[in-house]
Amino acid sequence: MSEALYPIAIDVNGVTRTGHVTARTSLVDWLREHQNLTGTHIGCEHGICGACSVMLDGAPVRSCLMYAVQADGHRVTTVEGLTQPDGQLSILQDSFCEAHGLQCGYCTPGMLIAAQALLDANPRPTEDEIRDAIGGNLCRCTGYQQIVEAIALAAERIAGATR
Amino acid sequence: MKSPPFEYARAASVEEACALLSQHGDDAKVIAGGQSLVPMMAFRLLRPAWLIDINEIAALKFVAPQADAVRMGACTRQCDIQRDDALAASVPLLRQALAHVGHVQTRNRGTAGGSLVHADPSAELPLVAQILEARMTLRTKSGTRTLAAADFFEDAMTTSVAHDECLTDIAWPVWRDRKTGSAFTEISRRHGDFAIVAAAAQVAVDDDGTCTRAAFGVGGVAPIPTAFPALAQRLVGTHLEKETLREVAHDAAATLEPGTDTHASADYRRHLAGVLITRVLQSAYDDARSVR
Repeated sequence: MSEALYPIAIDVNGVTRTGHVTARTSLVDWLREHQNLTGTHIGCEHGICGACSVMLDGAPVRSCLMYAVQADGHRVTTVEGLTQPDGQLSILQDSFCEAHGLQCGYCTPGMLIAAQALLDANPRPTEDEIRDAIGGNLCRCTGYQQIVEAIALAAERIAGATR
Repeated sequence: MKSPPFEYARAASVEEACALLSQHGDDAKVIAGGQSLVPMMAFRLLRPAWLIDINEIAALKFVAPQADAVRMGACTRQCDIQRDDALAASVPLLRQALAHVGHVQTRNRGTAGGSLVHADPSAELPLVAQILEARMTLRTKSGTRTLAAADFFEDAMTTSVAHDECLTDIAWPVWRDRKTGSAFTEISRRHGDFAIVAAAAQVAVDDDGTCTRAAFGVGGVAPIPTAFPALAQRLVGTHLEKETLREVAHDAAATLEPGTDTHASADYRRHLAGVLITRVLQSAYDDARSVR
């Protein structure tokens, strides 16, 4: 028996992308395998590691815990959508480089999504708020310290840029 | 890990969800936030033939204050409950409990009703429902019924929700006593993990600081969250003196028969239950007394 296919149309980073998926296709598999948006990583695939974080209608969620068909009609932002329109790194992304907020890079897309969602809602977070915002994202390289510093640096830079 | 194959239906209304459940019966499961259901499917612990998605049903997302309770749609997201200041003022345990539930990303999807129906023995919202005696309204194609928490939770991961029923709303009782305080605490290996033991309490006092009403309970130590209404009654009329607290917490812990697993032994869990009960009762009492 072949599985039923469901038509979907999802706004990904400002562009409507359409396709047909089986019900069990996770949102992250659809982004990576069907849309070639491989910036979003798959880690644990059961909602623990946070590597697959994307924004759904502006709020960070785990894209391994959603089926693509559930995102039909919604707006998704992936790490690819964080760059500036000309493809340059965003202030947040650049701050991760500057503060050495990554080593192997596996957790980075999820960290960036979590951090961007934090800064969108709270442009001047405290260290505790930063730690809470990335509390659902595992990193095995950095010990988190430089990630926290990178996000704080980004907040400072964004405040400076808009002053 | 990938979920096994299933068919999907997005319900546009509660009526449609109930009709689909009636049609597919045992083969269907409702998906709300999916933060527990999807991992269980990925692990192949569950293989429903159909998922009925209730996420797009606007009628299941609301918070409505009433005289003696706050009614809440089953698909109200945990993040929205956390952000609601009016709700935090009337049912403060909800925000206090949610501070321990998962992470930002899971609370953005996770729902109140999903957490109750999943009924993990360690989960925070079922514990709050149990001690506050929340009432759950279940709907089928042909009718509705309302269950008290005590009748709703049956066993670990098991509720009395029938295969053709959909939880539509939850009524969280509001204590109108002017000086009411509450507290929630838990011990877990990492913040956001399921609790080894969780404890919650709500206490009301009069102007002299005499306890007029109390409720408390623990999670993680039995198949379902445990409330202690008879022991809570012993606190009424006292000032929750150290000795009283110690006795009540000791007697509560002594009734528990927790299990042993890789995270904690039964003895440790029972010990924790006593310590955490003392702690939440004291905090709730102090909180109540601080109301001006």
